[in-house]
Amino acid sequence: MSQDIQKIPADSFERVHIDSSQAERITKPSLSFWQDAWLRIRKNKAAIVSMFILLFIIIMSFVGPMISPHDAETQTLTHANLPPKVPGLEKLGIMDGYGTLAGKEVDLYELKKVDTYYWFGTDGLGRDMFSRVWKGTQVSLFIAFAAALIDMVIGVAYGGISGYYGGRVDDIMQRIVEILIGIPTLVIVILMILFMEPGVTAIIIAITITGWIGMSRVVRAQVLKYKNQEFVLASRTLGASNGRIISKHILPNILGIIIINTMFTIPGAIFFEAFLSFIGLGLQPPAASLGTLINDGNKVLQFQPHILLYPSLILSLLMIAFNLLGDGLRDALDPKMKD
Amino acid sequence: MAKYITRRVIYMFITFFLIATATFFLMKALPGSPISSASKLSPSQLAIVEAKYGLDEPVPVQYGKYMLNLAKGDLGNSFQFKNASVTELIVKRLGPSFILGSQGLILGVTIGIMLGMIAALRQNTIWDYGSTLIAIVGISIPSFVFATFLQYWLGVKWGILPVALWKDGWLSSVMPSIALAMGPLATASRFIRTEMVEVLSSDYITLAKSKGASGFEVAFKHAFRNALIPLVTVLGPLAAGLLTGSLVIEQIFAIPGIGEQFVKSIMSNDYSIIMGTTLFFSAFLIVVIFVVDILYGIIDPRIRLSGGNN
Repeated sequence: MSQDIQKIPADSFERVHIDSSQAERITKPSLSFWQDAWLRIRKNKAAIVSMFILLFIIIMSFVGPMISPHDAETQTLTHANLPPKVPGLEKLGIMDGYGTLAGKEVDLYELKKVDTYYWFGTDGLGRDMFSRVWKGTQVSLFIAFAAALIDMVIGVAYGGISGYYGGRVDDIMQRIVEILIGIPTLVIVILMILFMEPGVTAIIIAITITGWIGMSRVVRAQVLKYKNQEFVLASRTLGASNGRIISKHILPNILGIIIINTMFTIPGAIFFEAFLSFIGLGLQPPAASLGTLINDGNKVLQFQPHILLYPSLILSLLMIAFNLLGDGLRDALDPKMKD
Repeated sequence: MAKYITRRVIYMFITFFLIATATFFLMKALPGSPISSASKLSPSQLAIVEAKYGLDEPVPVQYGKYMLNLAKGDLGNSFQFKNASVTELIVKRLGPSFILGSQGLILGVTIGIMLGMIAALRQNTIWDYGSTLIAIVGISIPSFVFATFLQYWLGVKWGILPVALWKDGWLSSVMPSIALAMGPLATASRFIRTEMVEVLSSDYITLAKSKGASGFEVAFKHAFRNALIPLVTVLGPLAAGLLTGSLVIEQIFAIPGIGEQFVKSIMSNDYSIIMGTTLFFSAFLIVVIFVVDILYGIIDPRIRLSGGNN
């Protein structure tokens, strides 16, 4: 081997020159914070799958009621309590319109002389469950997003002011929080709901009335951390106003944590809405949300399990997807906070 | 420590006072009154009934009386159940709720700890992913959805366990307890996994290993005991979650507990029971969180030391 090497003519080698001016050159393209986060989240399969599931559910909640041949509110009493029947799938023996009647498996569609298809079946009043489930999803999602947004705005403002101005302002604001945090969410939510007219607004207010506290604490801690750092001091020395420091220096740094927190508020809000509707404090009929649909389905579980199945399936999927996406975002936006 | 406890106790009382006040005035502002539906009463009869329940006095006087009675532990009388004292009603219904809550908590936390340990000791294997999946599902699926499906399969379809009611002794408590256990199970398993992973990478574990301790010894004697302590901190939120869960679970399984009573009273406008139960729930949660915080300071010497320095 060593002889072989010596046989190679010397001029086939070229001396490498180390150019000291190039030593500091960055060979990889520089990535912004968001590009970096996107790279990280793309590797997280669970988060990506969740994102697609969420997109699908959100799109379906708008498109679903439109593509169904039946209306969500129309009551066709002759079509009551039909099991699901889907064209195509019926040949496979699932969702074929068969259900038990007096202990026997019969085609209920034939029995009731129904010649259309109800993809998710119908409820006791003959309303199309497919439209109702997606309409309900829409309402639940609206409540959750609205509640999360309000929580975010109040929480960031409160925590930001408290942390940034510090001193006496911070003292008073934190004492208030310390008292509020002792009040159990469940109790305050139920009291507020009792007090207000039942409906979407009441639920949103009830969820947000203590929901912002978590966000405000996180934001305050972050603002405290950043406001004394050198780059903020430098900016202040150069004469930057408070507004500029907050918007240009502090907010961009804590944006990741705000997003993560909001992502975890959404499933919480979905749960509370469903919970309130389930114990009868939520939306009043004929309005439907996932919670009221589950409540309705629960009453007829023994005989019409399909009425409960679809809304609870979508509710569970929503919750799982939001939690997984939240986990993924946390790992991507703030690697230090991982677990 | 003493200073800290005093401060916390004062906050506890302020919080409770605020809740009591808010509850009272919200109840007063509610539409409808417990006797409004009884339109058969003549005005003079109505006045007698109102006088009996003290509803004819000005609101500030009612408030004062209410607060005084509250200090004595008297939550007033129910409108619905022929003057039964609310305190007695709550105490009577405490049993089933307590059994379900404690069984659910113990079951959930025990299995959760085991799952979390398996996940941490077999990191990034199928065991780890499996236990993470169970935890995510447990956190995500609301207990009432889980409970209804349990009821359908175990109760209706297979008929293994009683579908509902509180009549078959301990067997009646099995399904509701399992349904309640899902939340604690998920929380505990995720928490223990995180703690164990952190503890397992610390220096004293390496030392124990280098001194020849077996894997079992390291896992249980060294890592587990240290990972377990911080679990105390999640007991507060867990208790709150159990309470929320118990409202619906007791409703679903028709269990004569406090949660079921509460939901019923909301439907029938029984102010005094709503107020009483709300205050009871609040007091319970406030005390649990307080005890947990103090307990944590006592059992974790690291916290106690830093507290002493401050």
